Amino acid sequence: MAVGMKRIPKLRPGFRFQWEPAQNAYVLLYPEGMVRLNDSAGAVLKEVDGQRNVADIVALLEQQFPDAGSLSEDVSDFLKDAEQQHWILFT
Amino acid sequence: MSGHHAMPAGDRPGIGPPLWLLAELTYRCPLQCPYCSNPLDFAQTQQELTTEEWVRVLRQGREMGAAQLGFSGGEPLVRQDLPELIAEARQLGYYTNLITSGLGLTATKVNAFRDAGLDHIQVSFQASDPELNNAVAGSRKAYDQKLAMARAVKEAGYPMVLNFVIHRHNIHQMEDIISLCERLGADYVELATCQYYGWAFENREGLMPSKAQLEKAEAEVNSYRKRLTSSGSAMKLIFVTPDYYEERPKACMNGWGSLFLTVAPDGTALPCHSARLLPIEFPNIRESSLHSIWYDSPGFNHYRGDSWMPEPCRSCDEKDKDFGGCRCQAYLLTGNADNADPVCGKSPHHDRILAARKAADHATAGLEELTYRNADNSRLFFRG
Ligand code: SF4
Ligand code: SF4
Repeated sequence: MAVGMKRIPKLRPGFRFQWEPAQNAYVLLYPEGMVRLNDSAGAVLKEVDGQRNVADIVALLEQQFPDAGSLSEDVSDFLKDAEQQHWILFT
Repeated sequence: MSGHHAMPAGDRPGIGPPLWLLAELTYRCPLQCPYCSNPLDFAQTQQELTTEEWVRVLRQGREMGAAQLGFSGGEPLVRQDLPELIAEARQLGYYTNLITSGLGLTATKVNAFRDAGLDHIQVSFQASDPELNNAVAGSRKAYDQKLAMARAVKEAGYPMVLNFVIHRHNIHQMEDIISLCERLGADYVELATCQYYGWAFENREGLMPSKAQLEKAEAEVNSYRKRLTSSGSAMKLIFVTPDYYEERPKACMNGWGSLFLTVAPDGTALPCHSARLLPIEFPNIRESSLHSIWYDSPGFNHYRGDSWMPEPCRSCDEKDKDFGGCRCQAYLLTGNADNADPVCGKSPHHDRILAARKAADHATAGLEELTYRNADNSRLFFRG
């Protein structure tokens, strides 16, 4: 099941997203844990700000990566996964 | 910690940066838990680091790539400069965790820490009811204070992480413990069975659960977990089972000097918080930079890689998985820290683990027979 395009994702309380030069990657930090994100996960989470809905995020990423084609499925799959991992929730 | 990529390279080939820094601010603590992982002779510790020295450690760690920072102890709240250290850590970009017994905490402090940039407070409990909790903690007022502080942490908007150390005297309380956490609105619950170092090793016979107790507890946790999932709860249960009931050791600290760096109250730098008991000389941040400590000191290089391994680890095809297990456990149980962790079924010393399991089946000692962690008992250990 895909994630609705109008839904607005945000990081769960206590989660922080930031760039780590030493790891040359975006990471997600949370109580006593850290996930080093791959490039595409980092690119999506960078646009998750608690304001933009899924459609906005897809549009932004398609602008940034014009050669990638349609991204709605990839973004939706990733956000669904991120929700299951308890990294994000939908408001 | 888990990563979606292989760990990054640090400044030396094959050695990654210390991504995780544990700042043990003090060994002072108002409680007396008989499973405390602090050294037995903690009362001998001279001269805690000053605020300036801690700030230097935090800056150097962050420059090297540390991202997770734990403030622990002892009880870190006894340090008057804690708000200052939290603010410095946040400004440097750390994710900061405060690991506390809750004693000495107030709602005002909880809010002030949040304003200073603290990310998370973990409150530890000893049991689900006041009587047992206070008996284990060696303090009559501990339980009520912990409850009040857990609520204050929640109200201030922190993620709530509650920690319970599990042993033979509270392992029957799993259901009650988890339901208490649910009522408090916890996000994460750590049910951590005792690890036998420090005071817990002294008290092992009186703490270690029997196999039957453990199996019952595991079943209870699993069925509770199912209920949580089906009710859509996001509360995460983390049950750390004792390695004494395994046939393979844990990959201790993810490998010696690979991710974790602990700085003890007096500035001693350690690859893990119990490594102090090993007969190895560890460097002090008063004498060297964190960078040279991590990459170049003999202490941190002692058990890196696998060339130090004797048999059976040396020719074992699992050595990249568990790095031969825990050095402290090997030392405590065999007298030689180079040996395979006796938890391993291939270890020639595995019988010591089997003997401990057998003892746990017949143990009868009550709580009052345990050696409590306090300064008087600590001085006894020092005199030997
Ligand atoms: S385990 Fe207990 S005695 Fe040891 S530092 Fe923590 S609260 Fe204090
Ligand atoms: S023999 Fe050593 S390396 Fe092999 S599984 Fe046992 S502890 Fe691990």
